[in-house]
Amino acid sequence: MLDFSKYTLDNGLDVIVHEDHRCPIAAVNLWYHVGSKNERPGRTGLAHLFEHLMFEGSAHHDSGYFAPLQKAGASLNGSTNCDRTNYWEVVPTNALELALWLESDRLGYLLPALTSARFENQREVVLNERRQSYENRPYGLALMALMSALFPSDHPYHWTTIGHAEDIRAATLEDAHAFFQTYYHPGNASLTVAGDVDTEPVLELVRRHFEEIPAGSPVPAVVTGAESQRNPTPAAVDTRLLLEDRVELPRLYLAWRSPRLFSDGDADMDLLAELLAGGKTSRLYRTLVYERRLATDVSAAQGSREIDGWFCLIATAAPGSELMELEQVIVEELAALADTGPSEAELQRGLTQVEVQFVYRLQTVGGFNGRSDQLNAYNVYAGDPGFMARDRARYRSTTAERVRGAVRQLHEPGRIALSVVPDGAVERALPGSRPAVVS
Amino acid sequence: MTGRVDRSHMPEPGRVPPTRFPVVRTGRLSNGLALKTVEHPGPPVVTFRLTMPVGSASDPEHAHGLAALTADLLDEGSIERTALELHAALDLIGARLGTEVGADSTTVTLTTVARHALQGAGLLAEIVATPRFDASDVGRVRDLRRSRVRQLRAVSSAVADRIFLGTLFPDHPYGHLGIGTDTSLASLTPAQVTAFHRDAYQLELATLIGVGALTHEEIGDVAERTFGALPVRPPASEAVVAPAVLNAAGPPSARLVLVDRPAAVQSELRVGHVAVARATPDYHALQVLNVVLGGQFVSRLNQRLREEKGYTYGVRTGFDYRRAPGPFAMQGSVQADATVECVQEVLSQMAVIGGDCPVTLAELEMARAALTRGFARGFETASQVARGVASLVLHELPASYYDTFVPEVEAVDADAVTAAATAHLRAGEAVAVIVGPADQLMSDLPALGLGDPVRVDP
Repeated sequence: MLDFSKYTLDNGLDVIVHEDHRCPIAAVNLWYHVGSKNERPGRTGLAHLFEHLMFEGSAHHDSGYFAPLQKAGASLNGSTNCDRTNYWEVVPTNALELALWLESDRLGYLLPALTSARFENQREVVLNERRQSYENRPYGLALMALMSALFPSDHPYHWTTIGHAEDIRAATLEDAHAFFQTYYHPGNASLTVAGDVDTEPVLELVRRHFEEIPAGSPVPAVVTGAESQRNPTPAAVDTRLLLEDRVELPRLYLAWRSPRLFSDGDADMDLLAELLAGGKTSRLYRTLVYERRLATDVSAAQGSREIDGWFCLIATAAPGSELMELEQVIVEELAALADTGPSEAELQRGLTQVEVQFVYRLQTVGGFNGRSDQLNAYNVYAGDPGFMARDRARYRSTTAERVRGAVRQLHEPGRIALSVVPDGAVERALPGSRPAVVS
Repeated sequence: MTGRVDRSHMPEPGRVPPTRFPVVRTGRLSNGLALKTVEHPGPPVVTFRLTMPVGSASDPEHAHGLAALTADLLDEGSIERTALELHAALDLIGARLGTEVGADSTTVTLTTVARHALQGAGLLAEIVATPRFDASDVGRVRDLRRSRVRQLRAVSSAVADRIFLGTLFPDHPYGHLGIGTDTSLASLTPAQVTAFHRDAYQLELATLIGVGALTHEEIGDVAERTFGALPVRPPASEAVVAPAVLNAAGPPSARLVLVDRPAAVQSELRVGHVAVARATPDYHALQVLNVVLGGQFVSRLNQRLREEKGYTYGVRTGFDYRRAPGPFAMQGSVQADATVECVQEVLSQMAVIGGDCPVTLAELEMARAALTRGFARGFETASQVARGVASLVLHELPASYYDTFVPEVEAVDADAVTAAATAHLRAGEAVAVIVGPADQLMSDLPALGLGDPVRVDP
């Protein structure tokens, strides 16, 4: 697995170092344990908008962050999801200090550089990101419709990370300053340095750059509203929704609430997704696409997040077929699997895919899903950067009976069926669907 | 307690550690197939990459999409096994199979864990050399690709790519996307697929590249046992498009093309022209030029249109280097009401970088540094290394290419960048393709000075 050392500075910053001397590069990866789940209704999208502002300058480097890093030969980026915000640089090892200097400056000294002009500019950029990646993209609003139907309006997963356009427009510079002061603390962060580095000098560098940053106040707990608390279990009714979109072929989304990340049943659901739609021999690909040719594609995913999860099946109708037919086949396949459970060979196929994925994930030290990102994920979500061994064990210990149990959960009430149909073709949605509200 | 860091100035990175591209061992199997191997210690992964210099430019005139359909069908059953049996075998060793069809090349890649190298290479050989091309499978996959073509009509970027290529390369083998059109796909037959495979997928022009956590000898042994007995013959002469045909790109069919996307909130843009072949002697100067103009985040166009104006999530420029002159293009999606201003800005920046506003010393240093100092991270994984080797093969570059890359880029000066811009950027001949809300855009388009827009359907 991954060798690492972990230290916690007095101000609460977790520091993880992973040595790998094959390639003369260093990966810096910094997680802040804040995402769109920490937002409040009316200010959705703020965590992601804030991520953009982190690249615009800090007190001691009062201009864009890309320039000095690209000049040093770095690749760099950041991303936000419902649970966390991450930032990373991959640099030639001689530029490690530069990357740490910049990361520490924006953690310690961002606000003097966070001006109204920069805020306004990045708000426009984010609105254009929303247009490009969601509003003007076929099926781009489907996830928003699903999340808002799966989770009650005061649940932090009710809205998606990009947020509502009107909320992004309503956000203020003061909101951004307050967000930083509330969530961007050393004690709410996890820093991993990986690559062709030696642990002791790295720790020395990290201390020199980060130790001076005050701990700050404890971060407030995630707010789950009264409705969600009163009713933490899925709604006991099935829901059918439809969305008209600029698309050529109708697409069906079936979604359920499911176990949260690393909780009981999470790995079983993940394996179930592989058995149902991973590769051409999977049950749904074989039936829907290969044999009956009703669909052009099918996919399945267990979207397990920190405080909750969802399981989703997606299939696109081939020309000449209708979503009702797809739904019927899916229901039959789920019933068959619930009835008999997976065969031993089928289970082994799924486990092999999971096993090799753990190997393929080891190939890069930096960037999204590289080793440094994985160490931070395990540290933030499981409290242990070395959790990978236990993560793998979760899958190894599964059984046909447990996968059968997982698929049986999909027969409980609470299913969301979303039909995305071409503009003007509402009759192609599943019968009884009502329009989804998305903005 | 350690000392506090000096924040009065950023640390200056010292010398970049020297890096070399890994050693590539070149040889031939007993049947003559070219083999290149690289030892890549690290995670127990191995990747085999078979690359052939035949791509969608070799599609017959009325059979656009044939090269890509053929590649897509390789894993849909072999003489020995059905598609499902083949995929069960791939799944058993956790293999990842990929095919890429470019204008000039077709590549089939199989990656697996190192202990399954022999089985993996064996499956790759079976897939490439003995596909079954059953009529039923051809029909099924052809229908899936027709559905994909249909779906792409609703994707702005795919529409823009297709129209841009068609406008730049009328009646030319580079003028269509690899996937083809609904009409062309509908006409393709199993016999055409079988013939294309027979004529084009011949191993005399192919190269097998093996990279992974094994020794040269181990990779070579696996290659010999799996590929060494396959027949090696040259492709049929008519299956490989002739260089003379590729070099004869005529003028574009229009300067301004508008594809209506009613009420769209953004316009998808392509602005550019036919530029230059990969073999151009000023390649490194062009790379530097592109970084300054729009090749990375900190570039003139992205800084202007994103970081100053906020009109877009980001724009990029790039030279698509092919065996014959390929397109130079700016691409991006911009808010609809800024469409004309963005196109004007692109045309203006294309013009001034070779004239009134040449690269500054700071820009030059930034661009050279970005290209040279980031060199090492481009070859971290086995797949990256294999891709790098394949690029040498496809473009017939010298074995020393990666060793001379850094000094070549460092030798590029401002005059060389200006000369490259003057020679290869022609704003006055550029084509603009806009996929956006026509109602909103029509009245402003004359300001571009590109004449009346040609309206086409998506």
